[in-house]
Amino acid sequence: MQTRSIPKPLIWLWLIATFAVLAEGYRQAIFISPAEATMGDIFRIFFYHVPNASLALVPPYINLLGSFGYLFWRNTNPERAQASDALAIAAAEVTLVLTSIGLVTGMLWARPIWGIWWTWDERLTTYLLLWLLYVSYVLLRRLSSSGQTHTLAAVLSIFAAVDVPITFMSIRWWRTQHPGPVLTGGQVDKSMLPAIFWNIAGWGMWSAAVLCFRYALERRRQKLDAVKSQEFLAEGDARGY
Amino acid sequence: MSYTRHVVAHLRKDLRIEWRAKDSINGMLFFSLLVVVVFSLAFDPTSYPTVARQISGGLLWVGLLFAAMTALNQSWSRELRNHVLDAHRLAPSSASTLFLGKALANFLFVSGVEIVLAPVFAIFYNLHPLGQVWYLLLILPLGTWALVCNGTFFAALSLRTRNRELLLPLVLLPISAPALLAMIQATTAVLTGDSEPGLWLRGLVGYDLIFTTLCILLFDLVLRED
Repeated sequence: MQTRSIPKPLIWLWLIATFAVLAEGYRQAIFISPAEATMGDIFRIFFYHVPNASLALVPPYINLLGSFGYLFWRNTNPERAQASDALAIAAAEVTLVLTSIGLVTGMLWARPIWGIWWTWDERLTTYLLLWLLYVSYVLLRRLSSSGQTHTLAAVLSIFAAVDVPITFMSIRWWRTQHPGPVLTGGQVDKSMLPAIFWNIAGWGMWSAAVLCFRYALERRRQKLDAVKSQEFLAEGDARGY
Repeated sequence: MSYTRHVVAHLRKDLRIEWRAKDSINGMLFFSLLVVVVFSLAFDPTSYPTVARQISGGLLWVGLLFAAMTALNQSWSRELRNHVLDAHRLAPSSASTLFLGKALANFLFVSGVEIVLAPVFAIFYNLHPLGQVWYLLLILPLGTWALVCNGTFFAALSLRTRNRELLLPLVLLPISAPALLAMIQATTAVLTGDSEPGLWLRGLVGYDLIFTTLCILLFDLVLRED
């Protein structure tokens, strides 16, 4: 297996830029942006909740692409198939992290504003189900025996991708209490937009970095597995099996 | 029409095995009866008829879901004995015929349980439905198919993992959430008579169509892949 890695200085540059943008996002959110008229300082949670919850909707598509890639190349190009599978697992775990942050920050906001930690409204239920779907994806990968993990996980990923829009629609029919879409709904005061955009950019860069690190880690694990099984086979040959 | 012939052959085989042993039907029946009894400990259905009407739709489906799950695992694990599944894998027929045959057999078993369970529910929980009861004749089969179709698929998928009994509910429940919501809401609408179940029924039809297609398309991957 050949390795192609990103040059180290580029990685450092990306990380430094990410932390710089996140720091600017923090400054905008905590010090520059004015307190909201009715909610006061509690509103500042939104500068973290909105970016993470919105960004959580991106990696599921990467997961689906990776799964399709695996199924497409699994018989013709094992190297590419393995890379796609690594991308799928990395994307699934990033989805989990982002939805978890979205859910926790949402609950922290809901307690003082709505008076309850949790309510079964449209978006909260959809997000919880999204989170559960990817927990079950990660669990399936944990519990299945090594040879079949990739295919079974890819199949489940396709089911999950089909399920998400259906869940979204059916829960919308059911009930609604969550504040409308923040960015497209036109409810946000102009003075708050910089804080939201800096944080979306910062957390987006951070998610991309985590995704790449997880991908690289999974690729190294795959290579280690390949080396181990080669050694095992060689040992068997030496003993004359 | 060799495809239909293969499906029917698989269906007849599963029905015959069940007819001789009656394992899963008896297990499911007794299990769901126990669920009815256990839920009656949680609230008093006779003193609160309105509450009973509001929640028994959900209870019925939760009971059926758990009962079906016990049978779904069995329906595949019996194929593991004597390496029957490997023989299926080698068979020249399309893999989805095996899936459809088994899903139809499971559908018939769970429907059999429903035919017994629905009157038992009505008697024990003192139910007097206020909506149009004939809707249940649509809701029950559509909901059962939604559970059984995905359930059969994911039971086959978890067959290839280490903790298969544990994995099935963990994977099946999140995927089935929209279908469960639709069938519970539709059943509750019929029992309470507060709303029309039409919207949820259409949702169920859509869910059934989409996921049946997906299961048929992807089953080959689950069965044949090593």
